[in-house]
Amino acid sequence: MKKVYATAAEALEGLLHDGMIIAAGGFGLCGIPELLIAAIRDAGTRDLTVASNNCGVDDFGLGILLQTRQIRKMISSYVGENAEFMRQYLSGELELEFNPQGTLAERMRAGGSGIPGFYTKTGVGTVIAEGKEVKNFDGQDYILERGIVADLSIVKAWKADDTGNLVFRKTARNFNPPAAMCGKVCVAEVEEIVPRGSLDPDGIHLPGIYVHRIVQGQHEKRIEQRTVRKRETA
Amino acid sequence: MAWDRNQMAARAAQELEDGMYVNLGIGIPTLVANYVGDKDITLQSENGMLGMGPFPYEGEEDPDLINAGKQTITELDRTAYFDSATSFGMIRGGKIAAAILGAMEVAENGDLANWMIPGKLVKGMGGAMDLVAGVGRVIVVMDHTNKAGESKVLRECTLPLTGKGVVDRIITNLGVLDVVPGGLRIVECADGVTEQELRAATEATIVS
Repeated sequence: MKKVYATAAEALEGLLHDGMIIAAGGFGLCGIPELLIAAIRDAGTRDLTVASNNCGVDDFGLGILLQTRQIRKMISSYVGENAEFMRQYLSGELELEFNPQGTLAERMRAGGSGIPGFYTKTGVGTVIAEGKEVKNFDGQDYILERGIVADLSIVKAWKADDTGNLVFRKTARNFNPPAAMCGKVCVAEVEEIVPRGSLDPDGIHLPGIYVHRIVQGQHEKRIEQRTVRKRETA
Repeated sequence: MAWDRNQMAARAAQELEDGMYVNLGIGIPTLVANYVGDKDITLQSENGMLGMGPFPYEGEEDPDLINAGKQTITELDRTAYFDSATSFGMIRGGKIAAAILGAMEVAENGDLANWMIPGKLVKGMGGAMDLVAGVGRVIVVMDHTNKAGESKVLRECTLPLTGKGVVDRIITNLGVLDVVPGGLRIVECADGVTEQELRAATEATIVS
């Protein structure tokens, strides 16, 4: 079992093809697989459907795959920070499927857990419910949502051991575990690969069974909105 | 006279009770955290955190620690982190006592619209649809009228809905209204606002 690869490009070798579905972890620019996104840009894979909560900003994160027109369709809950996204969407070049954030996370978790669909009350009575089966349980309406199974998952973690066990840091965990679970293959980029045995088995956030390839690299970790408070002067 | 943003936030903070787990939306709802006083409130951030702390001191920002508005924040001694599926499990599962969020329009039947203006603004619903469908109590904080002076408290919403029949209480710059059978009931008027003024600014049916 060799999971560790030297570069993001090598970690994606043989996994990319035009028209594929990719699930990506991250929330805003926090915890995004920035190295793998850049490697997909360099590989030039086209007509991608990408399931990700957001689509980066114009020049960072998944936004760079919009600039190169590699994405055909996004499945997202919020795309407000990206002017190029808005332009391509409003001109009809880019397809967009809005999912409520919790529905998107659960679709990924379910898809990776052998659950092809689930009922949720999120979106009942809204445009999200259009065309979906409605079922009443105990007097309350729920809509049927499908699990997502992606051809490839790309995620970012803080630490991995060489068997693929992952540990995330603070709110950079976000969509990464459910995105990792729903891929037929999952590639994880991490800040540090540690020897097996050095992660606390009780503290593993995502077991290595979900992670097929790992690459370590330097991350920019850009901050989207820097908000601070003033120190009280003594 | 009417309430300003901070007074609306302070009024909304009165809705919170000791021991509550609460989700605050972006904008005026974020300011509610400044007015909880010594009540023991745990704030949830739907990107995967319970026990959200204030903004960091300059130089202590951590790119791995943000809130749902993508702003840098801090952790507290009670903080717990989790993934997005778990986060929305607690939201959808009714574990969060209340959500306080902004709105573009609310209607007398509790319908809420706050996520898109067709042809103009396409940002997305984020977690708002999950929150209004799942949490115990939905409190809307918003200006009573738009820039043209038209009521945002309507008989029926005109914009695409975030949730149907989900709003419990509306706090505006002019007062507080509850969604009740048949329409809205005035709970109180803002400082210096008469009931007549509040009624005149409201398109929705007001029941006494």
